Amino acid sequence: MASAASSATDRLEEFRQGSIDAFEMLFRLHQRAVYGWILRIVRNPSVAEELTVETFWRIYRTHRRFRPEMGFEGWARRIATHAALDWLRTKQSVEVSEEICAEPAAPQAGDPAVTAEIRRKTALAFGRLPPKLRVAATLAVVEELPQKQVAEALGISVATVKVRVFRALRLLRKDLERQGIRP
Amino acid sequence: MSSHDEERVKELLRQALKPVESEPESSRDLWPAVLKRLDEPSIQVPWFDWTLLGCLVGLAAFFPASIPVFLYYL
Repeated sequence: MASAASSATDRLEEFRQGSIDAFEMLFRLHQRAVYGWILRIVRNPSVAEELTVETFWRIYRTHRRFRPEMGFEGWARRIATHAALDWLRTKQSVEVSEEICAEPAAPQAGDPAVTAEIRRKTALAFGRLPPKLRVAATLAVVEELPQKQVAEALGISVATVKVRVFRALRLLRKDLERQGIRP
Repeated sequence: MSSHDEERVKELLRQALKPVESEPESSRDLWPAVLKRLDEPSIQVPWFDWTLLGCLVGLAAFFPASIPVFLYYL
């Protein structure tokens, strides 16, 4: 047990020193989690794959700044979040909305009074929100992840996550009201 | 916005967007793509981006009131 922990620490230290073998081991260990995290943000499998590659490239490029005592997973998640945010910032809101609308939630889930048209308009309105608000709301509301985890990934405080989620919901409500939908 | 309204919008959002399955997996092995990316020369920032950055810094220096507007859109 102690030897396994020591081996993991050694691997992190080797990665910090630039070992490509240690990096590959870490990649194999964490790629699925990183891919899943990015997919939650961008909601498009092929873009998530592309951004996973970009994330691990950024991770390796900054290996000297990595601190093994802080752990790899949280660090990787934070870099992944920023890579996904950078991608969202380069996309037009319409394109993002199309990605979001590509896979709407199952119609049988939730309130039957909420029609497919309302769901589509909600997804489109959500795609028009500023990326940083959208990411906070996606992770905290849609994916229902702990706010502390969202805060760590975004590099902000839990209070700021709450503010961003609140602002996202308020803007979303206003947008829907403009379209004649009263949530 | 009251907490009731907030909950309604949250519920609507959850119905509009499907949560991602718990353990999604990529369709292919991404390690070769990571290695290929590592072998590529690092991207140079185009001169246009530096010019744009210079203009923004200049604008912020001469019109400090514009800083909160930029921060809002970051």
